[in-house]
Amino acid sequence: MLLDMLSAIWSQLLTLAEVLKHTFTKADTVQYPEEMPYLAPRYRGRIVLTRDPDGHERCVACNLCAVACPVDCIALQKTEDEDGRWYPEFFRINFSRCIMCGMCEEACPTYSIQLTPDFEMCEYDRQNMVYEKEHLLISGQGKYPGYSFYNVAGKSIAGKDKGEALNESPPVDVRSLLP
Amino acid sequence: MPIITVDGYELEVKAGTNLLDALLSRNIDVPYFCWHPAMGSIGACRQCAVVQYANKDDDRGRIVMSCMTAVTEGAIFSVDTNNAVTFRESVIENLMLNHPHDCPVCEEGGECHLQDMTVMVGHRNRQYTGRKTTFRNQYLGPFIGHEMNRCITCYRCTRFYQDYAGGHDLNAFGSRDRVFFGRAESGVLENEFAGNLIEVCPTGVFTDKTLSKNYTRKWDLQSAPTVCTGCSLGCNTYTSERYGELRRVHNRYNQEVNGYFLCDRGRFGSGYVDSPKRIRQAGMLNAAGLYDVVSKDSAIEHVRSMLANASKIKGIGSPRASLESNQSLRDLVGEDNYCSGMTNTEREMHAVILDVLRSDLNSPSMSEVENFDAVLVLGEDVTNHAPRLALSIRQATRNKSLKLAAETQLSEWQDAAVRELAQNQRSPLIVVTPMTDRLDEIASQSLRMSFGDITKLTQGLIDALTSDVSGEKQRAGSSESNEVVRGIIETLLAAERPLIVSGTSVGSPELLKRAANLAAALKQHKKTAGIFLCASEVNSLGVCLIDNHHSLESILDEAPEVVIVLENDLSLRLGHRFDSWIAKMPRLIAVDHLDHLTTSKADIVLPAATDPECEGSYINTEGRAQRSMAVFKPAGNIAASYHWLDALRDVTRVPSEIRAALANQFSELQVLDDAAPDEKFRDAGGKQPRMTHRSSGRTAMYADISVHEPKQPIDEDSAMAFSMEGNQNRSPSALRAYTWTPGWNSNQSIHKFQIEVNGSDVAANPPSFVFSDSESFCHYPRGNISNNVLIPQFHIFGSDELSAFSDELSQRVPLPYLRIRSEDAQRLGLTKDDGVMCDQVKKSTPLRIIIDDDLPVDCMVYPKIAELFELNGLDNASFVRIDGWHSPPAIITSDRTN
Ligand code: SF4
Ligand code: SF4
Ligand code: SF4
Ligand code: SF4
Ligand code: FES
Repeated sequence: MLLDMLSAIWSQLLTLAEVLKHTFTKADTVQYPEEMPYLAPRYRGRIVLTRDPDGHERCVACNLCAVACPVDCIALQKTEDEDGRWYPEFFRINFSRCIMCGMCEEACPTYSIQLTPDFEMCEYDRQNMVYEKEHLLISGQGKYPGYSFYNVAGKSIAGKDKGEALNESPPVDVRSLLP
Repeated sequence: MPIITVDGYELEVKAGTNLLDALLSRNIDVPYFCWHPAMGSIGACRQCAVVQYANKDDDRGRIVMSCMTAVTEGAIFSVDTNNAVTFRESVIENLMLNHPHDCPVCEEGGECHLQDMTVMVGHRNRQYTGRKTTFRNQYLGPFIGHEMNRCITCYRCTRFYQDYAGGHDLNAFGSRDRVFFGRAESGVLENEFAGNLIEVCPTGVFTDKTLSKNYTRKWDLQSAPTVCTGCSLGCNTYTSERYGELRRVHNRYNQEVNGYFLCDRGRFGSGYVDSPKRIRQAGMLNAAGLYDVVSKDSAIEHVRSMLANASKIKGIGSPRASLESNQSLRDLVGEDNYCSGMTNTEREMHAVILDVLRSDLNSPSMSEVENFDAVLVLGEDVTNHAPRLALSIRQATRNKSLKLAAETQLSEWQDAAVRELAQNQRSPLIVVTPMTDRLDEIASQSLRMSFGDITKLTQGLIDALTSDVSGEKQRAGSSESNEVVRGIIETLLAAERPLIVSGTSVGSPELLKRAANLAAALKQHKKTAGIFLCASEVNSLGVCLIDNHHSLESILDEAPEVVIVLENDLSLRLGHRFDSWIAKMPRLIAVDHLDHLTTSKADIVLPAATDPECEGSYINTEGRAQRSMAVFKPAGNIAASYHWLDALRDVTRVPSEIRAALANQFSELQVLDDAAPDEKFRDAGGKQPRMTHRSSGRTAMYADISVHEPKQPIDEDSAMAFSMEGNQNRSPSALRAYTWTPGWNSNQSIHKFQIEVNGSDVAANPPSFVFSDSESFCHYPRGNISNNVLIPQFHIFGSDELSAFSDELSQRVPLPYLRIRSEDAQRLGLTKDDGVMCDQVKKSTPLRIIIDDDLPVDCMVYPKIAELFELNGLDNASFVRIDGWHSPPAIITSDRTN
């Protein structure tokens, strides 16, 4: 009984000492916005659409981000350009619904959609939280440089014929009789 | 029923089937590719492997292909044993060696059987680091895309295309890992059922181009169970929408009607919904001859005042509009002023079909047609007029091979073996038509005669059957025609189940009457004999049933003051008579969806919803009442015709109330309500969903208009909701918007909704036949036989009212031609590819001359397409040559040669 009491008092004293110690450490709180905190590149903030190394839109309008999104705030429509590339005719994110969960980025097979360490997106008018493709598409590659989906896909587009993707042999000659 | 043991459990299975079929029927998942429920097994893909044990003591067993293994009493199998599992893993790994990294840009993604099976088998990581085989693609026409890299060489495509649908221009080429599925050269796939490749191919090799141009994944499509309005067969379809536009049409399994397959008119012909010619606002003709857009209310006001000031009002209904819309018009104008919108001839022909369906003659359903082992086609151009039926007739000719197989104790599902055994032996099919017919190639006998001669031949057959079966008795007529008659009679009587097929494409009520007489005469000898008559349009029988008085011709006799035309382009029906007819027309109000010759003559046009935009009931040519549900709510002022017409009377009715009115007046139509549950139906308190539970973008779709999400539209007309809430898995089949079950994202999931593989739907409504076959058949008295020189050739693409308005399908509509015999050409000084035009009509369209000596003498043939509507109904016509005319190139390879 007495031992218990002593140990409880000791614990209290330790706690007090710990709290007291913090009076002399440097504060983590920063004077935002005068002072900007460091956010890691993988921080999940404002969403962007990126481009491949050749400057083409990476997004192929596959709809996987849209279906992965738990709040259904991504809507897009596939179309095709004269090169045979699929791309979104429109691509819309309603950031007033987005919960920055990053599911879309996880789902994206082309590294197109990426979350960035920018969280300063407040608006007075909610309507301004609706971003269209022109607001989302950046000119760089974002966090994943070097990847180009069409270089690994089997679909041919202008400038990349059948057999020219990674690990592909040239198109077969169907009429060949060789064994 | 044999009892087998699978992984320690005893299962009772259907006798005579294969193990894969049996396991799927009992809800045990086994991955497969090459087996198809309608086409049987060939054992090509090796994916369906399981282990079979010789007896209880056998603990090793051997690997067998479940699709190639018959179920026998006491057999012991294992699906889950390690052996089988690793074998299946290695099979799919092999199939995926060369598979491209394409899913994100593949139209199959999200409903891909290959994806499903890969996940089911558990193949996750690619170990192969070698190079992938690649192929060049072909252009296959406006409907179907080709991406050969994705092929897993299951051979389903060629088996469907060649063996099932009788196509010639799709084949497997090359050898070893270079096997290529395509055409000998790029070009349009010619077969009328080519579109089914999209669903038959388990991968994304053949994809839907009409969907791809505005591609939407299956999970994002808002769909509803619909009925194809392309022809009178009323195949069951799923029609799907996204962002207010129609996206695609898919097959909806109905065991008794279309099974697993559609024709290409049905699949690719609904683009008219988004046609630039669509009428989207109410319009009033102004003094300048142009239309002013008016609001809904003011349009209704104007029509009401027009009707109030007139004493004689007539309503012209439409065989392509739903029964609800037609009834609403009937209620508005009164039953004595309603006309079905058909000409005299059309009405008379459809009256024969009604008589036959009401009689004790045996009228099979479309799928039952496959069980008849001798078919006589009298005049009807089945492939172009009732396309899906041609596919059933093709299967009917296989009965001979099934019989041979049964004799050798070969099972029906041993597809390759059965076909090998039968070679070219087929059950008899006799095609008697004026024009070369697509079924000729599988016919045991093809006869070319004019419709008049076909009528005489039919009479000859009746006489032979009723007087003396053995044909010994001397009859008048040439011995040659007696020979023909005797041959046909022998064939029909030798069969176990003979079938007579005819239809309204013959344009002659007399021929249909005699075909019915023939079926009755045949029935005296063969109880099992049947007759299948094809009507013209999706609801021809429906409107024929509710209208007993008028035809288009007679409506003018009563000098009406206002005429309301419902969803009907009268120019196509009245042909050369249209101009004079419409000139006599007083004030015209059109309720329609497209800008055509009739709507452009109307004083007021009300924008009507198309079939996929509103609920409707239709009666198909089997006499089956079917319900088509709305897929989406059309934007703007567009409303269902019945809502417009009801609004003119200031009443509001949901479709079920209109159906009740119909049932009140026509006792036969009481079954309309059985076709599908009405708007009061609820499952666990909720409505049935039209969207998938994975539907995406809900909070962003319309955020460009307003960030405040709109409420989903309310559907007061039906028990379906424009929403993802509800349990699609439990929906009655008539309200199920798509097929999906966990792990089965593709259309192959259908077996989960069948009582057993190829069985009826687990939640099917009972068949709702409008006509009871109780009345005994009364023979028609003989009428006059007429013979037209100028006859229309129906075309699957272009001969119906709506589908030619579709962007892609319009590319397949034939260019105007005139098919004549060489002696006629000589007489007129014409040669092949000359241009001619008819000098009896106002709009002179050049027709290309085709020389065809297979035509009966004194016959000239033109295509029944909207462009040539003025030729419709002409018995004869004279044509003049156009100097220096050059024919545009044909897009179908086989058309280039003739
Ligand atoms: S997942 Fe990526 S490629 Fe696909 S639609 Fe979204 S952003 Fe585009
Ligand atoms: S066929 Fe299926 S697995 Fe292959 S790329 Fe297309 S979606 Fe993916
Ligand atoms: S194209 Fe499709 S159906 Fe044909 S063999 Fe290849 S995977 Fe099978
Ligand atoms: S056969 Fe007729 S009902 Fe069936 S899909 Fe074709 S057009 Fe439609
Ligand atoms: S499904 Fe059995 S081998 Fe292909």
